[in-house]
Amino acid sequence: MSADISQKVVHWQRTKGLMIVHLVIWFIFSFVVHWFAPQLNKISFIGFPLGFYMAAQGSLIVFVVQLFVFVRQQDAIDRECGMAEEE
Amino acid sequence: MSMFNLKGSFVDNLPKIYGIYTGGFVVFIILMALLEKAGGSADTIAKLFVAFTIVIYALIGWLSRTMQVDAYYVAGRQVPPVFNGMATGADWMSGASFIAMAGGIYMGGHPYLAFVVGWTGGYVLVAVLMAPYLRKFGCYTVPDFIGTRYGGNLARFCAVVVLVIASFTYVTAQINATGTVASFVLQIPFQVAVWIALLAILLCAMLGGMRAVTWTQVAQYIVLIVAYLVPVFWMSQKQGFGVFPQFEYGAAVDRLKELEVLQQVGVLKPEEVVPHMSALTVHHSFAGNDLITHIKFVTLVACMMMGTASLPHILMRYFTTPSVSDARKSVAWSLLFIFLLYFTAPALATLTKLQVLDPHLATSIIGKSIASVNSLDWVQKWGNVGFLKIIDSNHDGILQINEFFMRADIVVLATPEIAGLPAVISGLVLAGGLAAAMSTADGLLLAIANALSHDLYYKMIDPKAETRRRLIVARVLLLAIGAAGSAVAALRLTGILGAVAWAFDFAMSGLFFPLVLGVWWKRANTPGAIAGMVIGLGVGTWYLYMVRWGGMTPWLGIDHLRFGIIGAGASLIAMVAVTLMTKEPDAETQAMVDEVRIPRGATVLASTH
Repeated sequence: MSADISQKVVHWQRTKGLMIVHLVIWFIFSFVVHWFAPQLNKISFIGFPLGFYMAAQGSLIVFVVQLFVFVRQQDAIDRECGMAEEE
Repeated sequence: MSMFNLKGSFVDNLPKIYGIYTGGFVVFIILMALLEKAGGSADTIAKLFVAFTIVIYALIGWLSRTMQVDAYYVAGRQVPPVFNGMATGADWMSGASFIAMAGGIYMGGHPYLAFVVGWTGGYVLVAVLMAPYLRKFGCYTVPDFIGTRYGGNLARFCAVVVLVIASFTYVTAQINATGTVASFVLQIPFQVAVWIALLAILLCAMLGGMRAVTWTQVAQYIVLIVAYLVPVFWMSQKQGFGVFPQFEYGAAVDRLKELEVLQQVGVLKPEEVVPHMSALTVHHSFAGNDLITHIKFVTLVACMMMGTASLPHILMRYFTTPSVSDARKSVAWSLLFIFLLYFTAPALATLTKLQVLDPHLATSIIGKSIASVNSLDWVQKWGNVGFLKIIDSNHDGILQINEFFMRADIVVLATPEIAGLPAVISGLVLAGGLAAAMSTADGLLLAIANALSHDLYYKMIDPKAETRRRLIVARVLLLAIGAAGSAVAALRLTGILGAVAWAFDFAMSGLFFPLVLGVWWKRANTPGAIAGMVIGLGVGTWYLYMVRWGGMTPWLGIDHLRFGIIGAGASLIAMVAVTLMTKEPDAETQAMVDEVRIPRGATVLASTH
């Protein structure tokens, strides 16, 4: 039972770590990048002004890819800590 | 004996069922195209599109009828992640996304893209902070979580109040949008159309609750995404931007920069004021470099994201998956399906603007003689219903950029006509707009009615009520709230987009921190949560009133669309302060939080409660 409790602690530590990593990425592509849109607009990316591109498409692609990666990572944490649901 | 009673096999057969449905829809589009060739009028085609799709939705609603509690509230928790993703997509993308967003970008340029970023990135918060934990909890509604985590009827009641205020604000906008399409297609007065719209919406939800709404929403997603993408692909072919214009319209953005200089966009200011309409004065990709512009962009993004993660009609979709892990997967799929529309919206805005501005294209109107523009079909049609206006301010007989006024809302609906696409595409787009507005209205009405029937009636007023009675109460409430929503929508108090933004702000003001901290901060207690909800909602509403009607100057550009920043800020401070001043939650509650944090094991609440 105490082994299970320490597993739970490890599981929650790793879950929190993953949460922080993903929220940092989220924060950068939600706010930081767009703060610099005027500067980025001077750069051309596949034909787009980069500042416009990031708001119209770039950040969105990051969010989608990020979530599919997050799902895999969290599933792995659950499995490795023995906290996953039984099929 | 409906096919929905064959539980296991129905879920297994979902890809096949919706495959056949999609095929059937494509056949219907082809039939309509043939009808157009044979001389069918655009009006007839539009009516057939609307009638056909509504009959299908109603049929699905009828087949999904149920008298079981868990089927009614959470679709029996057997919706596979991909299909729940589609249903969430339809639940999420409202009349505002489908009809108004591309038009907003067309008129507003870069600042408006904050909606695009905010309405997608919010799902990161949903997946990382909320959905899997709420699923593990096993609740039927969002107040169900608040009521159990914090204990006591007062916390539950506060959550119900926030939910009702946010969702009701939102649903009037959706009934308004549904009614707008219905009045346009059927050529009936708007005040009558909202009631017809309500009837169609209720047909989907009344008998089968969440189960019926889920399966109609999947069908509605398919209609709306086809309707949104087809005109863009088609237009791109005509303009030579390749098969996937979403990745290749950079050249169009560049071309607009040249044209904006040539046609003096922003230099020529409109000389008249036309109510509800505007002339183009903003450069398409220009981003301002002053502090207030920056703050306005990031605060709008923050409001839309935190609102996403607090809106009960979205969160409750993740209660329907078979497992916690599936809830997470389902959020990722939801975002992918939403992304398909959202990354197309700026492309649509750009290509349509090019159609109007570029003198090399046959469809352009700027720089042409006013007489020739006035003779165009689409200009006449939309002009007649008061959606666009041409005023020759300088009396030179030529249309300048500051002489062409329109309502941004019409960009998506009018694009097929502007680009000279066949009438069948216009009919398709109308059906898509209707699907978007109806599906969101369904989700919202259900969220409100479920909170009132489950949390207020069953949990607080009559805990001994039997199943049959509970489900009848739920349906009566659905009807009553729908009627109230239609009555308010008929008054047309606010625009569609303003009301939608307010709903997000209300939801985040009252619910974001009590929900997040309920999972992530074990110390959070009942008085803290109540303070967070009451003070968050109270301060947010006060700020909205002051900047909108009270004549107060917004702080740092935080205007009425962004009042959630103030509300949620107050909510966080109040919740943390009150929690720390009062006793920590008892051992039982803390153990419950521990249990919520791991996917393994039974849900915290029993599967039927």
